[in-house]
Amino acid sequence: MKAGIVRFPGSNCDEDAYHAVADILGQEAVYLWHKDHDLQGVDLVILPGGFSYGDYLRAGAIARFSPIMQEVVQHAKRGGLVLGICNGFQIACEAGLLPGALLRNDTLRFVSAPVSLRVDSIATRFSSQYHVGQIISIPVAHGDGRYTADGDTLARLEGEGHVVFRYVDAAGEPTNAANPNGSLRNIAGIVNDAGNVLGMMPHPERAMESALGSTDGLPLFKSILDTMLGGVPA
Amino acid sequence: MNAPTSATPSRVQSRPGDPAITPALVAEHGITEFEYERLVNMLGRTPTFTEIGVVSALWSEHCSYKHSRPMLKTLPTKAPWVLQGPGENAGVISVGDGWAVAFKIESHNHPSAVEPYQGAATGVGGILRDVFTMGARPIALLNSLRFGPLTSPRVRWLFAGVVKGIGDYGNCVGVPTVGGEVVFDPSYEGNPLVNAMCVGLMREDELMRAVASGVGNPIMAVGARTGRDGIHGASFASEDLSESSEAKRPMVQVGDPFTEKLLLEASLELIRSGHIVAIQDMGAAGLTSSSAEMAERGDVGVTIDVTKVPVRETGMTPYEILLSESQERMLVVAKQGHEDEVRKILAKWDLEAAVIGEVIAEPVYRVTEGDTIVAEFPGSRLVTECPQYVLEPRESEALKAARGKDPHAVKPLDEERDHSWTLERLLSSPTIASKRWVWQQYDSTVRTSTVRGPGSDAAVVRLRGTDKAIALCIDGNGRHVALSPRNGGRAAVCEAARNVACSGARPKAITNNLNFGNPKKPEVYFQLSEAIAGMGEACTVLEAPVTGGNVSLYNENPQGAIHPTPTIGMVGLVESMAHITPSAFQTVGDDIVLLGDCTDELGASEYLLAVHGLTIGEPPVCDLSKERALIDALLEAIAAGVVRSAHDCSDGGLAVTLAECAMMERTNTFGFTVDLSPWATLPHRALLFGEAHGRVVVSSADSAAVLTIAQRHGVPARVIGRVTEADAGASFTISDDTFTAPVTWLAKAFHEAIPQAMDGDTPAEHVVSASHAPIND
Repeated sequence: MKAGIVRFPGSNCDEDAYHAVADILGQEAVYLWHKDHDLQGVDLVILPGGFSYGDYLRAGAIARFSPIMQEVVQHAKRGGLVLGICNGFQIACEAGLLPGALLRNDTLRFVSAPVSLRVDSIATRFSSQYHVGQIISIPVAHGDGRYTADGDTLARLEGEGHVVFRYVDAAGEPTNAANPNGSLRNIAGIVNDAGNVLGMMPHPERAMESALGSTDGLPLFKSILDTMLGGVPA
Repeated sequence: MNAPTSATPSRVQSRPGDPAITPALVAEHGITEFEYERLVNMLGRTPTFTEIGVVSALWSEHCSYKHSRPMLKTLPTKAPWVLQGPGENAGVISVGDGWAVAFKIESHNHPSAVEPYQGAATGVGGILRDVFTMGARPIALLNSLRFGPLTSPRVRWLFAGVVKGIGDYGNCVGVPTVGGEVVFDPSYEGNPLVNAMCVGLMREDELMRAVASGVGNPIMAVGARTGRDGIHGASFASEDLSESSEAKRPMVQVGDPFTEKLLLEASLELIRSGHIVAIQDMGAAGLTSSSAEMAERGDVGVTIDVTKVPVRETGMTPYEILLSESQERMLVVAKQGHEDEVRKILAKWDLEAAVIGEVIAEPVYRVTEGDTIVAEFPGSRLVTECPQYVLEPRESEALKAARGKDPHAVKPLDEERDHSWTLERLLSSPTIASKRWVWQQYDSTVRTSTVRGPGSDAAVVRLRGTDKAIALCIDGNGRHVALSPRNGGRAAVCEAARNVACSGARPKAITNNLNFGNPKKPEVYFQLSEAIAGMGEACTVLEAPVTGGNVSLYNENPQGAIHPTPTIGMVGLVESMAHITPSAFQTVGDDIVLLGDCTDELGASEYLLAVHGLTIGEPPVCDLSKERALIDALLEAIAAGVVRSAHDCSDGGLAVTLAECAMMERTNTFGFTVDLSPWATLPHRALLFGEAHGRVVVSSADSAAVLTIAQRHGVPARVIGRVTEADAGASFTISDDTFTAPVTWLAKAFHEAIPQAMDGDTPAEHVVSASHAPIND
């Protein structure tokens, strides 16, 4: 598998994503410069966390107009895989790759903490290596993570199993106290209708090694790999 | 190339519209009569208005260290692993395998007192630039904060603003904030302290120094444009705060972390490109100090044309351009003929670079406005001739008297008959209570290298690609220093060293931030000289030299001076990832071992302040040889694999330390039972809540091995109890006196005190994962 990690000038989780793919998964990884149009033939595009162009206007609002994003949108239309993490989720929503939007956290404060997520759908190319209902621990670190969409969209996402991750408590319940940012229906991560674009606020690339406290992000990357390699056990 | 020409005074011209040079104008610039005379003698003529501005900045305390340098020179600065000591943008030590760590601490106290958000944010920005100009990629941030009591609405505003400012800046640049400390004490009510530390990683051969060289090499301004913000920030930081300080809010700079991120990437690329010879942050006193200091270090002359400096406002005078502290700017000495390559790298990051001057052979510091010379100083004397003051120290009678008071004469409150009450009270004291409310606003896990984050004794950041890690912490106890400055200076270094050792690291070097009052007062000068002496003694014994730091004086306001507060930023080296040790208990049934001894030393304690509102008594004595032995024993035990957790005894004493070990991770709590009868003859308040130094609480499955190692190092050690289930409570026995406190009750006090103070009854924290190991605990 060849993964391309988009580098916007304000990306700051680009090296972490690269490390996850190249050093931990042992797959080919390249950086994709925001001013370029060349996707270098990658199978997977990762939109990493950070502050793309400073995000003073609205997270991801400017990034969607960058040269590389024109190519990423085409890649997604062709059915190519796109993983948007944190700022990457925001950008994917702004670019129309995913429905809904990410608003300022309801606390109005940045939140950095490991959170519990429940895996609600494993019938995606990003989550096949989890069990349904599995509770995993992955860090969040964001100021604008409150997922919002209109009622129809929410109903459709839930009805079609496109909500992949939800913020839950230790018992697996999507409570208010377990919701770090006020996301509607405690939504932490979703896939698009075609199932080839995943956006999530938590950082799976920060949960890949036991030395750092959690390996619960590993199955996500292994799911992608599994998809790419056509079912070869990762 | 400029041919050497003789600079006659008449060539330097005042600008039309410059104010006349009067004694009042000179005084307004914070230049004393003595200093003005010295300046006139140096120039051989009356200075211009522009020159007055330059000197006011360079000879300010903030830039010149004129009251502290003679004392700072006494600090130990050398060790085989020190690659760069004081005098550069940051200190650098080798950590082996060709890797080096650059680190530095800096204060932004005065700006934060009037504009907490921007003051703190730009403090982080400045310290990041100090580190990446050395060629190191910033990998961690820490901070040390001091505020008045949270009962004051203004303090809550300052606290919330500072925390948000620190968080927003570091989070955006993408450098994890991995640790720090926050202390609340009435002494800081009018004058909060904001010290920020940055740590960077580089290959040893990538070290870059800010030394101008090469006659004919162009000097380039890089990064953001120059505006009118922050003019005279350095001078503002070198005077007491007063009622009129609010009016100085325009002197506070405004930060743009996105531009900082671009500048970071561009600077590292520039340094590795080979197209430049030197680079320095335009920090305090902006263009003036960066250019003058680089020239002085390189023993060359420089000439700068202010009309070439990219500005973002029209009509800026040379005075304003030279003294602006606009953020996110760098001064670069490029190699002659490589200007376009430099511009190309900056353009990649959408930044500007402009040639604004040149390195010259003639030993002058010259500023022109087009063809007109508006300021000119002979050679490097502008920097070297700054006066240095050595004053007569005298201890404050009031503090001497406070130290002389007997803590045992303080009558216990009725409630104190139940030690559980006192323990709960201390755990809910904001200084001791969990700072999760703070660190949840800091991204502590970006860069995927944070093995131990905020809340541990020390943060631990792995060095990817090796089996090593670095341990980092900041510590300082102003109360102890106020009541006994030399001992307090020693203790600050030792506490930092203990914290680093508890995480499994050998202390290697420190950076320090000296936050004091007005040094012209003999009482403050006494505190400064004594505290520095104590720090130096400790650094020598611990073999952890000083590689740099910052001095912040004039931390006074109409209510008086702050507690003298040296904060120590310590870097330790973890030789193997297997040595990384948590602070909290891990396993039911483990023995609890106390390394070090209990003594009758209740003076200067958090107990006296939190329960009785008193800052009195003789602070606990810091014995350096015992501290060294403790650290050696602890590290040997950790390396032997017989230590499950280690937590240093500090604020709140032994009882608080044990309680913290049991419930600092709220989702993974323990109980314990300890028997302190061997010290039953000590006053129980001193035994439980006294802050005797040189102690560490260890949990172990092989306590016999721990005791053997301790004995070999001559460290007193004793098994005092056992880790139990949380339901069993926190149980203490002192002979026939036994008390047990419910762990959930103590945990509530510890974890909810600050959220309650800041948010009232709203849900204070979002619960974190049940299964997660303590990255963030």
